[in-house]
Amino acid sequence: MARYIFNRILATIPVMAVVALIVFFLLRLSTGDPAAIMAGDAASPSQVEQMRHQMGLDRPIAVQFFVWINQLLSGDFGLSLHSKIPVWDMIAGRIGPSLALSVSTIAFSIVVAIPLGVIAAWANGSLLDRAVMSFSVIGFSAPIFVTGYILVFCFSLKLDWFPVQGYHPLSDGPWPFLHGLVLPTLALSTIYIALISRITRSSLLEIMGEDFIRTARAKGATELSVVLRHALRNASIPIVTIIGVGAAFLISGVVVTESVFNIPGLGRMVVEAVLARDYPLIQGLVLVFSFVYVVINLVVDLLYTILDPRITY
Amino acid sequence: MQSFEPVVLEQRAEGPWSGLFRAVTSGPIAIASLILLAIVLIAVAAPIIATTDPLLIHPTERLRPGSLQHWFGTDALGRDVYARVVYGARTSLIVGTFAAAASIAFGLVIGVIAGYFRMADLIIMRVMDGVMAIPSIVLAVALVAISGASLTTVLVAIAVPEIPRVVRLVRGVILNLRGEPYVEAAISLGTPAPLLLIRHMIPNTMAPLIVQSSFVLASAILTEAALSFLGVGLPPEIPSWGNIMSEGRKYFQLYPGLIFIPGAFLAVTVLSVNLIGDALRDVLDPKMAKRL
Repeated sequence: MARYIFNRILATIPVMAVVALIVFFLLRLSTGDPAAIMAGDAASPSQVEQMRHQMGLDRPIAVQFFVWINQLLSGDFGLSLHSKIPVWDMIAGRIGPSLALSVSTIAFSIVVAIPLGVIAAWANGSLLDRAVMSFSVIGFSAPIFVTGYILVFCFSLKLDWFPVQGYHPLSDGPWPFLHGLVLPTLALSTIYIALISRITRSSLLEIMGEDFIRTARAKGATELSVVLRHALRNASIPIVTIIGVGAAFLISGVVVTESVFNIPGLGRMVVEAVLARDYPLIQGLVLVFSFVYVVINLVVDLLYTILDPRITY
Repeated sequence: MQSFEPVVLEQRAEGPWSGLFRAVTSGPIAIASLILLAIVLIAVAAPIIATTDPLLIHPTERLRPGSLQHWFGTDALGRDVYARVVYGARTSLIVGTFAAAASIAFGLVIGVIAGYFRMADLIIMRVMDGVMAIPSIVLAVALVAISGASLTTVLVAIAVPEIPRVVRLVRGVILNLRGEPYVEAAISLGTPAPLLLIRHMIPNTMAPLIVQSSFVLASAILTEAALSFLGVGLPPEIPSWGNIMSEGRKYFQLYPGLIFIPGAFLAVTVLSVNLIGDALRDVLDPKMAKRL
């Protein structure tokens, strides 16, 4: 088991290395000379040359790559072209809102989607089932920014229940913090709930036809126990898998949602960095987002062994 | 000797396309197909349907509500929102279709190479894992940052994140086919690799690829709108649904239509494409359809 965990963690290294390679060449491909930008508009050619040497841009590209990787591994993401502040400090300062939004979305989606999927599978073919499935199809297609603005229109502008925009950190107290997160979480959850409830329903339906379900019923287990203890547990692997796959949707969704609700997190930072052409910051952000995706999928893989004891490595 | 009349089979064999056609024109899916057809017609006939020039600025008629002259009202520059939405259909469909076609074409070629040539497989799949680990909007936004928001950049930015999914699909099909007896027979007969791929293997990727392309198209239309909405997509002078919404954000509290009208067109289009994709999957890929 420990060996498996170790190997699985090792397997993430080539993925992150490829991401780093892509990100590195993304900056190399970009138009504009980073040394000239760093040196400023008033710099003379010799000053730019000096800056180029200082930044190591006059060395062979392979050497530059390994120097850069070394810096990354020691936590040095470089300086922002715009503010000249270390990229890592800028990113660290804005992780909070994105983390809060992601965690609340994952938690809310799981709490809503799995019961929805279970009910739909249990009442297979009924009106309820069709309602859940229709929601799932529509929810998967609805653009987050459209859903977000519909929610703002109904619950902020018309009913005045929630703030239109903005974010309050937890240090402002738990109530303003949660109050501000409700609408962004709802908007971002739609696609995730659609995805998870659909998979829950279909994998549960598949399991409900198995022999051991008939046996469980025959021995007199209650319907609740059959569905939850015998069926859902066996259907959990595809559900957990889709939560990992959906993490990519989640992160992309965070970028859009933060823009709609004016939340000062990493998602809005990406857009700001692109508009300001702040390449080191873009590099850092892409790396952080990919790292999060890889880690979520690592956790999902490790969960398999807990959810299904038959899986041993 | 008795001569035999040749038996003429009355029953015409059903071509592969008629089943597809029936799948998207029967039952509730017909509504989705009709809606998509309507959007396509709007896009094609935009210059006829639009009552005015979508770029024409009327400084005196800013942010007007809907009227007989301006059906959907006017935006902050006094441009006719109806004309912009109609031309936006054109932009969304063209950008979505081209980006989806590009990612399918590249994905097919790369996937065939990865599936058939074992040496290339390892490297290609590692690269694809890396690309997939970068969330699509983040990758698209970063690609736009490299060379600025032009039509070509946006097309590339939308297409690239979709490629790995296509590659994985095609590679999987090709890998499975390698063990098929008829493929082994063809190999033992000395069929050269290009002929083997084109005649015996690639045709088998078409059914799942048609299904996948509808989902890629939906995703590409959404990504274009999201990029434009975020202000890092198509240049603002090109009317697209995302651009109209992006410009409408500032005035949303007073003029929600600037977001809701293009948003409704976008949502309905994406929904129709996804529904058609589901229907195609039921026909072409029954194994996958059962699992979802």
